[in-house]
Amino acid sequence: MTGPVRLKTPLGGEVLSLRAGDAVTLSGIVYTARDEAHLAMMEKGIPFDPKGAAIYHCGPVVQDGKIISAGPTTSSRMNRLSEFLLDAGVRALIGKGGMGKEVVEQLRGRAVYLAFTGGCAALAASRMQLKGVHFEELGMAEAVWVIELDELPLIVGIDAHGGDLFGEVRKRAGEVFRKHG
Amino acid sequence: MCSGPTPAFLEKISRATLDAFRMAETRLPPDVIAALKKAAGQEQDARAKGELENILMNISLAEKLGVPLCQDTGVPVVYLTVPPYVPLTQEIYDAIADGVRSATKEVPLRPNTVDPLTRHNSGNNTGAGMPAIHVKPGDRFTITVLPKGAGAENMSRVAMMLPSQVKEIEKFVVETMLIAEGRPCPPVVLGVGIGGTFDGVTALAKEALLEPIDRMDPFEQQLCDAVNTLGIGPMGLGGKTTALAVKVKKAACHTASLPVAVNVQCWANRRHTVEVER
Repeated sequence: MTGPVRLKTPLGGEVLSLRAGDAVTLSGIVYTARDEAHLAMMEKGIPFDPKGAAIYHCGPVVQDGKIISAGPTTSSRMNRLSEFLLDAGVRALIGKGGMGKEVVEQLRGRAVYLAFTGGCAALAASRMQLKGVHFEELGMAEAVWVIELDELPLIVGIDAHGGDLFGEVRKRAGEVFRKHG
Repeated sequence: MCSGPTPAFLEKISRATLDAFRMAETRLPPDVIAALKKAAGQEQDARAKGELENILMNISLAEKLGVPLCQDTGVPVVYLTVPPYVPLTQEIYDAIADGVRSATKEVPLRPNTVDPLTRHNSGNNTGAGMPAIHVKPGDRFTITVLPKGAGAENMSRVAMMLPSQVKEIEKFVVETMLIAEGRPCPPVVLGVGIGGTFDGVTALAKEALLEPIDRMDPFEQQLCDAVNTLGIGPMGLGGKTTALAVKVKKAACHTASLPVAVNVQCWANRRHTVEVER
């Protein structure tokens, strides 16, 4: 058995060879963004180079210039808000809980969705260094924090070929429910 | 003529509120940790096991470092028991809000509380109706905090079912998790309220989350087993454990009604009680 695939931002075509279910680690810069940050970026422009970038669906706890606690937020809230980032060259979305069918299609041929265990915020923070911030006026939870990752372990939830771990689980759960319902 | 609580007592309440949030945010109750360990032992799927191992590692790390185990430190939900010798005044509510503001700075908590329409953030986790404070009479003055994260809260549901649908309560509970999938950070704890009124049933569902999860009555176990047939598993990546437990609270209701509410809680079923001495 081989170990996890080691990825580093900025990401390129290497993400296209990943498959749903693969274990990876991610190092380098990621940008946090939740609902308000997506809306602000749509209106005012993306305040960083989106080519090969990774977006982390996260609103961390920050104190005295340090990331204290920084697990993923529910990615599906960004289902309707992610296409412009992928169009601009973003190669990875990171979060929890998976994303909608429209995003599975938008990822196709260009980017992946990576899942981190929800709620594991102390664990995530132990692999992070704060490097900067954009849109700080949006508040701690909604600002775009610039974070350097040191080999954060992730699972490929949705690959660039339509493979979707969450979708498979959803389909099976639906079948069970209809059978017993 | 009855005088209000003394300044010293109010200061104690404020301090106890801060202490309760610090404990709840950085350490999970033993019954919740035991349930997560049990689930990790039962999962055979490597991915499901891996997710639970991450969760257990995170719990240890947060406790060791004294930091919030989840970055969503929630909105402040507070349950009080008030003994006969303490007059229930606005000052008590204010002292608790003061404790929430201190906790926001000192634990620290993420400022999560915003105006619902303007989305303006107060910066200190208080606002109109926040903290949400629920009061009952008791023998001692106790403060129980239940910081409630949004990922799970957003997946909660209420239904005004028909009296003829008692047998369909189970379906409603299971359907709630079918819709939620991995979004509320499973394995979840489900607080189920049955009966009472439209508003009261949701309060019952949340109160059910205060109950220990290391035991379930046969009905709760039946609901829990039914939810776990879905196979959603830890974080929605598949597995045996979608729910760690289901807890039910009931109230009498109108003969023509059957209110049912499901309050979804993430694996981080955070709660802590502190007593304030006279």
